[in-house]
Amino acid sequence: MNARASMGATDTVRNHETPEGIRLELKLAGPVVRACAWAIDMLIRGVMYALIAGVFSYFGGIGTAVILISFFLIEWFYPVIFEVLSGATPGKKAMGLVVIHDNGTPISFVSSVIRNLLRAADFLPLLYAVGLLSMLLSRDFQRLGDLAAGTLVVYREQAQERGKLPEAPSKPPPRELDVDELRELIMFAERSPKLTQERQVELASQLRSVTQKEGAAGVKEIFSYANWLTRGR
Amino acid sequence: MKQEAFEQRYQALWDELSTQLDAMEKSRFKRRNLTLQHERLPHLYRQVCNHYALARGRRYSPTLVEQLHQLVLRGHQQLYTRRGAWLWRLLTFIAVDFPSSLRTHLSYFLVATLLFLVPAVLVGGFAMVDSDLIYSVISEGQVEDMEEMYRPDNDRPGRTLERSAESDFMMFGYYIMNNIGIGFRTFAMGILAGIGTVFTLIYNGVVLGGVAGHLTSVGYTETFWSFVSGHSSLELTAIVICGAAGLMLGHGVLAPGRYRRIDAIKQRAKQALPLVMGAGLMLFIAAFIEGFWSASAMPNVVKYAVGIALWVLMILYFIFAGRGADGTR
Repeated sequence: MNARASMGATDTVRNHETPEGIRLELKLAGPVVRACAWAIDMLIRGVMYALIAGVFSYFGGIGTAVILISFFLIEWFYPVIFEVLSGATPGKKAMGLVVIHDNGTPISFVSSVIRNLLRAADFLPLLYAVGLLSMLLSRDFQRLGDLAAGTLVVYREQAQERGKLPEAPSKPPPRELDVDELRELIMFAERSPKLTQERQVELASQLRSVTQKEGAAGVKEIFSYANWLTRGR
Repeated sequence: MKQEAFEQRYQALWDELSTQLDAMEKSRFKRRNLTLQHERLPHLYRQVCNHYALARGRRYSPTLVEQLHQLVLRGHQQLYTRRGAWLWRLLTFIAVDFPSSLRTHLSYFLVATLLFLVPAVLVGGFAMVDSDLIYSVISEGQVEDMEEMYRPDNDRPGRTLERSAESDFMMFGYYIMNNIGIGFRTFAMGILAGIGTVFTLIYNGVVLGGVAGHLTSVGYTETFWSFVSGHSSLELTAIVICGAAGLMLGHGVLAPGRYRRIDAIKQRAKQALPLVMGAGLMLFIAAFIEGFWSASAMPNVVKYAVGIALWVLMILYFIFAGRGADGTR
């Protein structure tokens, strides 16, 4: 498998390196959120079954044939169609999930068919017991269908709105901080519009030893550092 | 370079990639009236990859890094995706890929055939001698249904009395749902170390052999054999092919050889899929024959002739179709 765990990480983030030398972060989805997605899909499929059965039962033999064939197609190919077209079934989309190959590329028709045919085995003996066991035993939460198709179910990344840095006079930060710590300062400044005044003060007061200031003045001080770091003097 | 200068210099390029990706992520139908510069995508993507690496390396603000990461992820998805030509692929699949992949994996097909045929012949033979044997294979009610379906005075063979009024279309739909489902399941159970597939093949062999033997022994030969002759070639072979695909999967689980087990399974699944899809198509055609032809009022001689012709055609197809294309076997 290509998506290897980063060294010693116990969380559910997997990294994959692309041919361009870029590391992609893939956040794996666990059994519970996938079960919810499946339940939503079942509901949608139930409505589809009911609609098709309701409409075509008035059309005699041909109608029954249409019902049976649609039931067959929905049972086996409902997930395939959605996964190939948009990467996720409506249920998965609602839960913010997407199915991809273990190398980060979008799922292909072949892989989608494999993982969805093998549902028949994952479902055994009832309600995906085998699939759940497989997910718990495998490193990347893969049910048997995922293992055979080489696919992962991951969280769809949501684009983050970038807040504007709060205005403050530029001021160089103390010299003894290393780059990662400087980065934390920028991150705090960018997150600040989402935090309450009290919380900003609370967080800034932990850096009292750096800023040498108390309360709101400390917050202001960090904004100044962030401005210096991103914009210069 | 300070972050702000960096952003100012490249923002236009990021926006260009972003709008292009927005357009490409739309479905084919909505995309039609958009002008896309596909040839720009690789260039833009590699530029942004470079910027992303720089932004990470220079410890720019995490949200900027995240924003570039998003662009890289989306670009990666669009650049490395496959599109189009599905009709051509379907045709080459039927003409070349399916028969040649069956020939490549002939040994699995032979094993699956034996697993199906040996129990069928054995149980069928015994059921012809001992007319009670069938009751140990299927339930009493099922035996009654079977006998009713193929009674010589049933002018709609293959259907019980209550179903005899059903239209051919309905039975066509039923055969599709039932038979293709069985085929797919036979394959899927292979992931359970092949046990599921082996069991399904033997079980189907026992039941079909038992029923055929029993109906022959009670003398319903004319209705039964004329009914099944038309679709038997495609239906039975397709189920065995699904079994072969399941056995491949099981082989990958049990004996990965020089590969890691997970890689062996992935490889076998990919190789087995053409067999399953091809068998699905065969079962579709078989359902058509079974629904509209097998129960028709054609004279039995014609039905037998068509049945034999289909067997011969199918065997010729698997032996010769796709030979020599791309140097495949």
